[in-house]
Amino acid sequence: MGKRMGMEVAMAVAEAVGLCNIDMAAVYPITPQSHIAEHLSDLVANGEVDAEFVTVESEHSAMSAVIGASGTGARSYTATSSQGLMYMHELLPIASAMRLPITMAIANRAVSGPLNILNDHSDIMPQRDSGWISIFVENGQEAIDMSIIAFKIAEHQDVMLPVNINIDGFQLTHMVEPFEMPSQEEVNKFLPPFVPHATLHPAKPVTMGAFAMSDYFPEIMKAKDEALKNSKKVVVDVFNEWGKMFGRNYKLVETYKTDDAEVIMLTMGSMGETAQMAIDQLRAKGIKAGLVKLRLWRPFPFEEIKAVIKNAKKLIVTDRAISFGGPGGPVFSEIKSAMYAETQRPLIYNYIYGLGGRDVPVGDFIGMFERVIADTANQLADTYEFWGVRE
Amino acid sequence: MALKTWKELPIGCVVSEPGSASEYHTGSWRSQRPVWDNQKCIKCGICYVFCPEGCVQQMEDGFFQADMDYCKGCGICAHECWPRAIKMIEEG
Amino acid sequence: MSIVENFDLFAPRLINKKELLSPGHRACSGCAEVLAVRLMAKALGENTVIASATGCMEIISSMFPTTAWRVPWVHVAFENAASVASGIEAGIKALRKKGKIDDRYVKVVGMGGDGATMDIGFQALSGAMERGHDMIYVCFDNEAYMNTGIQRSSATPMGASTTTAPAGKVSIGQKTWKKNMPEILVAHGIPYVATVCPSYPLDFIRKMEKAKSIKGPSYIHCFSVCPTGWRCPSHQAVSMGRLAVETGVFPLYEVEDGHYRLSPDMPKKLKPIKDYFKGQGRFRHLGPEEIDKIQEKVTTEFNKLKEKAKFLKTGNV
Repeated sequence: MGKRMGMEVAMAVAEAVGLCNIDMAAVYPITPQSHIAEHLSDLVANGEVDAEFVTVESEHSAMSAVIGASGTGARSYTATSSQGLMYMHELLPIASAMRLPITMAIANRAVSGPLNILNDHSDIMPQRDSGWISIFVENGQEAIDMSIIAFKIAEHQDVMLPVNINIDGFQLTHMVEPFEMPSQEEVNKFLPPFVPHATLHPAKPVTMGAFAMSDYFPEIMKAKDEALKNSKKVVVDVFNEWGKMFGRNYKLVETYKTDDAEVIMLTMGSMGETAQMAIDQLRAKGIKAGLVKLRLWRPFPFEEIKAVIKNAKKLIVTDRAISFGGPGGPVFSEIKSAMYAETQRPLIYNYIYGLGGRDVPVGDFIGMFERVIADTANQLADTYEFWGVRE
Repeated sequence: MALKTWKELPIGCVVSEPGSASEYHTGSWRSQRPVWDNQKCIKCGICYVFCPEGCVQQMEDGFFQADMDYCKGCGICAHECWPRAIKMIEEG
Repeated sequence: MSIVENFDLFAPRLINKKELLSPGHRACSGCAEVLAVRLMAKALGENTVIASATGCMEIISSMFPTTAWRVPWVHVAFENAASVASGIEAGIKALRKKGKIDDRYVKVVGMGGDGATMDIGFQALSGAMERGHDMIYVCFDNEAYMNTGIQRSSATPMGASTTTAPAGKVSIGQKTWKKNMPEILVAHGIPYVATVCPSYPLDFIRKMEKAKSIKGPSYIHCFSVCPTGWRCPSHQAVSMGRLAVETGVFPLYEVEDGHYRLSPDMPKKLKPIKDYFKGQGRFRHLGPEEIDKIQEKVTTEFNKLKEKAKFLKTGNV
């Protein structure tokens, strides 16, 4: 049996990763990810985790080293945030093209400039098209569970893709939360040993990362896209397995009071919990409000999203990043394209909020609902607004 | 060799046939070829050591030959052969 | 013809016969760099895993869906061969310790050109060496970005004309001295640093084998003549490397635990650098004054090296 405990989420994530029989981790310090790295190195230093812990000189080298290690067949882990993730950017599509099941925690933080160490999603959004499976978590328990689940998804024979787990920096990583930590026996039972598709070892010499010209490049891209799309089924299966074993059931898209909702809000990450409180308060006022929490960002769960939002009159998509000079927030743009061909679809609103760690209390979510409901002429639909920015 | 479809690609484009580049014959690049005069050859093997292609081989009789499938005709072997046993001749 | 005087006859018997880099690779005709890579693979043998940087040697050897490699080999990006190699070393170490792979000793090697090593991959290399990974890093230095079209790097020698430091009416070409990379690696305090040139194959192989035998990081700097980029005839690729050594432009030496040793292949008296310059198009524009200036620097640097070899020789602590 797992045990109930309270701990800072970042440390708990390191504990959870430590249960996964990792062979290697390479990490470079960056706020607010550092507590994951520090605690994992403690576990290695105390002999509780039997792994090579490589203290690289940059995030670029962190990702390079885990690619190398994963290529040998070692279960490999890293964690980063913000500028570190941007620095790794070049290597992310290479890791997925090489089909290396690396897992990485991202303590989401705003991207510079100006420098800002606090939470938003502007670090992960530029990595969207790198071919990784991308999961967002809402609380400490999810952060722990997904840290373990990620290995099983990544290493599944039908997947073999890297996975990133997005954990809101500070707002989640630095919270002390109560949770249930699975036991080593349970994790051993859940997570089978890693069976790589090929390894860098003289026993069977292979070449990885070969050079491909236009005679092969488009086929390689299509194969990667298909692999990522097909991974959705495995994500669902592994979530279900986890639910059966641990009683915590996860879906690609979570819903809260959406069945009869006329206005639905969509969130990703830790804001979901605050938004949920807003829904309760709105419901108490007789407003038919509902909430959709998007857990799987890539591969994008088109069908699942459509099914839960299509009956609403209005949808408020919240974004913690902005595509400058573009269609608004990146989630908004995704949802709009998902709904474009649907005959029955809600009006879609977009609020860019919580940038650079700006606090978003319950009242702000209620304010967004009120503003959207008041827009009877539908003038604000299909556009985006910055929420709470001084004019 | 037919090009593979996207479904036929190995996972991660791993190449699992070592040395398969030898399917490609670089000999077609050549404008001149080395010719050994075994009367002058002392079987030292300098030509073998210095061949960037690794295509000079020692035969059973101890003399050397280049595999013309791969020889690019760079002329290093002829230039380095101190008994001057190798001559470069123009390809016809 | 010192090579012949010193060359052990019947060399093939002394060298691993197995070609671990297959023919069919797409290197230019007369490429001394691919010759060096071929000799490196022979010296290291089959129990080797190589991580390569982007560059000439990467694209010419790994044209998907084929490979010239007969040892495990991986390419990830331009600037990170040393980091990838360090991860491979860590991965193999962990798996071997846990009994997940067979227990043979595997040498991990990072390789890259001068741009990949001395410019863009400098930090990754410094990090990997400082961390003490059991690996060899080999820099194949052909003194410019040849793969992208002969642009200058920090390895380009003073006065060489490249496509981004061209000789012109008011320019001699490269205006900076070549970065002394082996010395920078010596400063890392790693167990073994050596300079090699494939024109001296036995010295080359001996040093590779030495690096292989050392547990910990070693760095090998390989002078790799590029007939295409240097504008010299392809058949001179090996003899040009020999001239670089004989003129002291590229001295052969090794540094073991801080102790310097000049290679026995080094001549007692250096040839003038103009002998080396005259056969190369990249130096053709240089006048006597410029050559004199470069000659002075080469002489000074070689004397410094000799002093180090004298005072920091093996046995002196």
